[in-house]
Amino acid sequence: MNQLSIEDLRVSIAEQEIIRGLSLTMPKGEVHAIMGPNGSGKSTLAKVIAGHPDYKVISGTIEMDGENIMELEPDERSRKGLFLAFQYPSEIPGVTIANFLRAAVQARLPEGEELEATDYYAKLYEKMDLLEMDRSFTSRSVNEGFSGGEKKRNEILQLAMLQPKYAVLDETDSGLDIDALKVVAHGVNAMRGPDIGILVITHYQRLLDYIIPDHVHVMVQGRIVRSGGKELALELEEKGYERYETADVGEPAMA
Amino acid sequence: MVKETSPLEIERNVGNFAYPETHTHDAGVGLSEKTIHYIADIKEDPDWVREFRLNAYKTFMSKPMPTHWASKDLEAIVFDNIRYYLSGGVQPKRNWEDVPDDVKRTFERLGIPEQERKFLAGVEAQFDSEAVYSNIKKAVGEQGVIFVGSREGLKDHPEIFRKWFGKVIPTGDNKFSALNSAVFSGGSFIYVPPGVKVKHPLQAYFRINAENFGQFERTLIICDEGAELTYMEGCTAPKFNTATLHSAVVELVALKGAKIQYITVQNWSSNVFNLVTKRGLAHEDAEVKWIDCNIGSRLTMKYPGVIMKGRRARGEVLSIALAGDGQHQDTGAKMVHAADETTSNIISKSISIGEGRATYRGLVQIPKHLKNCKNNTECDALLINSTSRTDTYPAITVRGTGNSVQHEASVSQVSAEQIFYMQQRGLTKAQAMSLSVNGFVNDLVRQFPMEYSVELKRLIELEMEGSVG
Ligand SMILES: Nc1ncnc2c1ncn2[C@@H]1O[C@H](COP(=O)(O)OP(=O)(O)OP(=O)(O)O)[C@@H](O)[C@H]1O
Ligand SMILES: [Mg+2]
Repeated sequence: MNQLSIEDLRVSIAEQEIIRGLSLTMPKGEVHAIMGPNGSGKSTLAKVIAGHPDYKVISGTIEMDGENIMELEPDERSRKGLFLAFQYPSEIPGVTIANFLRAAVQARLPEGEELEATDYYAKLYEKMDLLEMDRSFTSRSVNEGFSGGEKKRNEILQLAMLQPKYAVLDETDSGLDIDALKVVAHGVNAMRGPDIGILVITHYQRLLDYIIPDHVHVMVQGRIVRSGGKELALELEEKGYERYETADVGEPAMA
Repeated sequence: MVKETSPLEIERNVGNFAYPETHTHDAGVGLSEKTIHYIADIKEDPDWVREFRLNAYKTFMSKPMPTHWASKDLEAIVFDNIRYYLSGGVQPKRNWEDVPDDVKRTFERLGIPEQERKFLAGVEAQFDSEAVYSNIKKAVGEQGVIFVGSREGLKDHPEIFRKWFGKVIPTGDNKFSALNSAVFSGGSFIYVPPGVKVKHPLQAYFRINAENFGQFERTLIICDEGAELTYMEGCTAPKFNTATLHSAVVELVALKGAKIQYITVQNWSSNVFNLVTKRGLAHEDAEVKWIDCNIGSRLTMKYPGVIMKGRRARGEVLSIALAGDGQHQDTGAKMVHAADETTSNIISKSISIGEGRATYRGLVQIPKHLKNCKNNTECDALLINSTSRTDTYPAITVRGTGNSVQHEASVSQVSAEQIFYMQQRGLTKAQAMSLSVNGFVNDLVRQFPMEYSVELKRLIELEMEGSVG
């Protein structure tokens, strides 16, 4: 039961069915990777898991540790231990990283309990050091004017601070230079362990050299078309997705 | 000190406040010359003040409502139904148990002390801040500062009072300044002698509580040469025992090299018309700065202004307006440059929630013959819902070539993606909203005194909680 499981999920937006009968199980303690061509629905899947209100779930279930989370608000899912590192993180003008994260950490405490400021900053600085982030970042507005790489690093900082049970990292590697990639991978690896399941969405085998997955899934046109070990990523790098796009994937159904 | 209890008019469908109908002094409803005489008699006005009132009454009667440019909603004010003066013997008759729960919750969330809660809710007619006030009065008094009610000011310090009273804002400036001039009572009179820098902000809160909130307040502040003063008015706590029409006049005079900072945070209940005229006169090298926060009310019309009369004078207006559902904040600033090398700065931020509406009206005047004058105007509007509304009417008249004006305006919306992002981190929708809104006003709020910025932040949280249901 200690797993994130998605059962026969169908999702549409703007009358278009994007996720078309997807099933996936990720036990806690494992790292899974999803690879797939542009537009195959990877980000859609990530947002639906997090409860984005714009997408229409036609059928299927998503369970976290055996609990159906489909009816929960995005913030409830988050507080239950779900984290999404966004492919395109939003900017929040005027709200500093320190204040934003503080509010997020505070939101996890029982009612009436106040976050201890010194403990909070100690932890924040520890995680920033791990991710080799300059402390001046804490007083900058969330993602405002950040470079692509800085935004991604900021997502991982939040991941490290919130210590979720399940994390979905949507193309965290895109926009990172090789040094930054290593730092971010180091940060993610530091979190690995029996208490967290991590789903990594990526286009590149390169990331998986640093964050070595237990399983790799291939997603094409809204479905998982193949699953395997980490060697599958290498194969994809070599041969591409073409053979999956022609094989047993039907015409997209209209919602 | 003479205690006055200003009108406790009530909106009977809000919280069912009930007050007895007998008052020691009651001018009755409606406005006539008789009412003016009645007020002048009660207040034992000197003849010149009585004259002043009567003239103002005539001006008020002759002036049309400014509905040709302002909100038509002004027509809902029925002048004949208003009590213009009422004092003494007004004892509210209600128990703490009768105060609605949401009101109590608001007090709690704002961290209002027990004693003040009762006063604000109308359980007690007087908040006993007399002691605090007399301490402050004594402390600043040693520096020669006069800090009294306007009535005491005009009686005990006529030589200073009369020189400036009604000079910055003439009676006929607008219909509501005329109304205030006719029926004013309450408000502060402050004089700071040359070179005296008043260390701590003076708070109207304590003084006005000692007198109760005034409906037609009249405040006059004079900082003599090189003097400095910060004055704070209002509080973020919602006022439930207020009359429906508030029309104050505030005049500031900063003599050569003086600095005045006037801070207002007001949170009116949603039945109130808040029509206020505020203006400062800055002499050579002097500075007048208005920090103005308007929250609540049915309609607020308020455009703090500075007339920069002397060389190198500076004027500044920093304002935040929050228009909740069904509310209209019509605010802005007036900067009148009347000497060389004068500079003015306007930063206005407004937030409209639900069907709330925020209007910015600016006026910047730099006549042709002046040199090296500068104005910077920034107005930013944030819309929370698709039904929210904002309008901007900047009127900038700059003539001549040696002057510079900069104007920036922006309208932004809290985006659904931004809210989703924050919710994904565990914040409720309301928390996400209030964080966004606080972020929007953050750079302005940072310039506020600490206690006000903390209260304002909490207040925004409360407003946003209500707005997402
Ligand atoms: N809000 C939306 N409105 C309309 N179409 C949408 C919306 N969101 C996603 N789509 C469509 O759904 C499909 C899947 O998009 P998604 O972002 O999930 O792909 P992806 O696999 O993450 O692609 P990439 O690798 O480029 O990030 C695309 O065709 C996209 O255009
Ligand atoms: Mg994507």
